[in-house]
Amino acid sequence: MADINKLAQMLKELDDQLVNCMRCGMCQAVCPLFARTGKESDVTRGKLALLDGLASEMLKDPEGVNEKLNRCLLCGTCQANCPSGVKVMDIFLKARAIMTGYFGLSPVKKAIFRGMLANPKLFNKLLDFGSKFQGLFTKKVDDMLGSSCARFQAPVIGDRHFKALAGKPLHKTLPELNSSAGKSGIKVAFFVGCVVDKIFPNVGEATLDVLKHHGVGVFMPANQACCGIPAISSGDTKTFDNLVDQNLALFEKGEFDYLITSCASCTSTIKELWPHMYQGDSAKRMKLRELADKTMDISQFLVDVLGVKAGEPGGESVTYHDPCHLKNSLGITSQPRTLIKASSGYDLKEMAEAGTCCGCGGSFNIAHYELSKQIGERKAGNIVDSGAHIVATSCPACMLQITDMLSQKKAGVKVKHVIELYAEGLR
Amino acid sequence: MSNTALIKEFEAIVGADNVMTSETDRHTYSYDAAVLDSVMPALVVRPTNSEQLGKAVKLCNDNGLPLTVRGAGTNLSGGTIPHPGGVVVLTNGLNRILELNEEDMYAVVEPGVVTAQFAAEAAKRGLFYPPDPGSQTVSTIGGNVAENAGGLRGLKYGVTKDYVMGVDFWDVNGELIHSGSRTVKCVTGYNLAGLMVASEGTLGVFDKIILKLIPPVKAAKSMMAIFPSMKAASETVAAIIANKIVPATLELMDNFTIRTVENFRKAGLPTEAAALLLIEVDGHPAQVEEDAIKVEDICKQNKASEVKVANDAAERDAVWQARRDALPALAKLKPTCVLEDATVPRSKIPAMIEALEEVSKKYNLTIGTFGHAGDGNLHPTILTDKRDKKEWERVEEAVDMIFERALALGGTLSGEHGIGLAKSKFMINETSAGTLAYARRMKSVLDPKGILNPGKIIG
Ligand SMILES: Cc1cc2nc3c(=O)[nH]c(=O)nc-3n(C[C@H](O)[C@H](O)[C@H](O)COP(=O)(O)OP(=O)(O)OC[C@H]3O[C@@H](n4cnc5c(N)ncnc54)[C@H](O)[C@@H]3O)c2cc1C
Ligand code: SF4
Ligand code: SF4
Ligand code: SF4
Repeated sequence: MADINKLAQMLKELDDQLVNCMRCGMCQAVCPLFARTGKESDVTRGKLALLDGLASEMLKDPEGVNEKLNRCLLCGTCQANCPSGVKVMDIFLKARAIMTGYFGLSPVKKAIFRGMLANPKLFNKLLDFGSKFQGLFTKKVDDMLGSSCARFQAPVIGDRHFKALAGKPLHKTLPELNSSAGKSGIKVAFFVGCVVDKIFPNVGEATLDVLKHHGVGVFMPANQACCGIPAISSGDTKTFDNLVDQNLALFEKGEFDYLITSCASCTSTIKELWPHMYQGDSAKRMKLRELADKTMDISQFLVDVLGVKAGEPGGESVTYHDPCHLKNSLGITSQPRTLIKASSGYDLKEMAEAGTCCGCGGSFNIAHYELSKQIGERKAGNIVDSGAHIVATSCPACMLQITDMLSQKKAGVKVKHVIELYAEGLR
Repeated sequence: MSNTALIKEFEAIVGADNVMTSETDRHTYSYDAAVLDSVMPALVVRPTNSEQLGKAVKLCNDNGLPLTVRGAGTNLSGGTIPHPGGVVVLTNGLNRILELNEEDMYAVVEPGVVTAQFAAEAAKRGLFYPPDPGSQTVSTIGGNVAENAGGLRGLKYGVTKDYVMGVDFWDVNGELIHSGSRTVKCVTGYNLAGLMVASEGTLGVFDKIILKLIPPVKAAKSMMAIFPSMKAASETVAAIIANKIVPATLELMDNFTIRTVENFRKAGLPTEAAALLLIEVDGHPAQVEEDAIKVEDICKQNKASEVKVANDAAERDAVWQARRDALPALAKLKPTCVLEDATVPRSKIPAMIEALEEVSKKYNLTIGTFGHAGDGNLHPTILTDKRDKKEWERVEEAVDMIFERALALGGTLSGEHGIGLAKSKFMINETSAGTLAYARRMKSVLDPKGILNPGKIIG
């Protein structure tokens, strides 16, 4: 392990960005984690002050700072609302990379990221295998939501109500696709994303159905790798770069006008983090920038590019949860709502605090389940209070979290992706 | 007593979870929103009920430990920067609204209640709590009272002190002191509640606060008036008041701020204008109509090149968005942003603006000025980079000069941000040696060991 002065030197890189925080404390109003704990080290201002303290060698406890730094959903709400325009996500991700460089990656994460994620074929095989045997360890708890819980005491699962792996992931039903543009004259590349592929293949299928309906050609290469957000949020730049490389090689082979995804996390990762956090050569970074410019969320594509318009309201009531990665990173809030309104048989009913985080935060949910749950319970409460029968969203990771919360509450509310609602109306 | 024994004692009072001792936790309570050096406390404790708060205060006093109460830590004067080796007492665990009385229009709250949440709760019951500091989404009522915070509505509705009916607070011996009452009229004993307002945690630790509420306004109208000079804009302010109209809000922005905000939001602000006034009149609908027309006329008579009256909620919001954007837009220009708080009698605003221009030239600094023209409270905002040592020295000198000028114009050191550590050295200039000695004598009796937020206000 390098010495602490060296760490301070590395963190000094962030100095120009850290100094933009004027310590006004306004982030206390929006941080979902701070709302639960009220601790300054859990809010942006405190975390930035800690990084600053370490960089200026005022602090002697990097482990302590690292632990606080990891208590964060990376939801980006603070950044979206910071009056001083502090690039919080950028700082946090870079700081995590520096910290991981300093402390090294934990053996478990190393095994998962480098052994599994970085190897899409193996990852698929392992999970295909897992989907066959998961029934031995888990039992169904809510048929409507399709959630399960652990049969035995299991450390990672805890008392979660989770969505099991799909019996047939998307890559099994449809390993790849390369169809030409129809009446729209447009061709898109489809980045599927792990959660859609392995847990919600129906979302992927709905996406493809909709594209077909609108006469959009699709390029979907086989063996897509994870977008890399789990790796980069753990500071594992090596795996991240590797995943980006793999994806770039696949997508370079196709010709398309847009790259679309139905996962808010993937969209924001490709758009913001690929060009920004990738450390490979500059020629590749240029290509990533081009790719990022073409990348769109599926609702945004349908509404902004294809011109899908809201229809007559009426039918079953649906409420919409804004995924952080869509709202905070990309500022997309109206298009998914338009898509719901364009779905026949549904009526949009807003919930309170639709734009606050569901509490998932990827690995945050694993490391800090209790906190994640407390944040999620508030979301579930707002969903139930809206009186809607369905909650729709644009991110499969949010769908997992919300399913867990609603299932535990026995709320009787269905969880859907907006594209599923829209696809249903077309059928 | 040894450190560990003390920690055990605090833990016995507030529970182990609510005593923070790690370096990282303590570091995050070493600063506030002021641009000052941070100071590490020895300990942070977070009481969650009144009894715990009282016991924690007493324990500090028994051990001669300096104690700094902290709400949201948004004050801009170093009021919550702890004394070295001191204890920070956090109030965000004391955040209950204990009573919200619609019949008698008052509320009783714990000090850690967040201002905007309280105002929203009052609004739900059809009542209005007017003080709205720019930090209201996070600031606490305790902090507001301790700083006598004001907001955009100060001109017509007054500031926090105008709503404080009573404060119950812990003295250093752990006695709960009662003051004020739930009645509009009350002359029982010394006005201790009044003494607590703006005391910045140096005289007692608030436990409960009784706040006055008023009926909500029925109607409001906003407008934006564009001026060719700062002088014309400030003469307009005086003329509006002279015509016996008291707008709810009367805000001023200088050309630099206008251009910065426009760059930031692209909302179509007139970038060539020397000054903007943002005005809102409120009250009974008929009166609002009449006042709005009068204000429009007065603006035009005073050389306004244009007056845009908001016709609907969206237009009204656009007017206030421009004002809300002032600080964020300025803050983005440079790494460090020193928000000052010079306040002068209304009629002296043109002179103060001139003085600020002089300061900016003399020290070669970028200063954007906006603020509450209606109450003479200006926010000259110096944009700089604290890491540039040379420039930072000039900033410090510039700040001194701003205060000198404000005082020379019959103004005050702080309209609303407090004295804290930042301005205690100027206190003697505004008051007198005798005044300071009086205040110090008073404090030495009430707080003989000097544990309550030492170093703040009176040095
Ligand atoms: C962006 C921004 C905008 C602002 N706008 C305004 C504005 O428009 N008007 C304005 O007046 N101010 C404004 N401020 C300053 C600040 O927000 C106010 O002074 C506010 O009242 C502080 O509240 P707080 O809860 O953060 O208190 P803190 O900063 O935590 O504490 C302030 C003082 O109160 C004392 N204190 C807190 N609680 C107690 C208690 N229970 N008992 C005794 N003492 C206590 C503290 O010891 C300290 O001296 C602004 C600040 C920022 C960052
Ligand atoms: S809102 Fe932005 S500038 Fe203010 S304290 Fe938080 S991160 Fe810093
Ligand atoms: S990213 Fe989200 S959880 Fe993390 S500090 Fe910002 S608002 Fe809080
Ligand atoms: S959904 Fe999550 S895990 Fe998946 S590709 Fe996107 S980020 Fe990777």
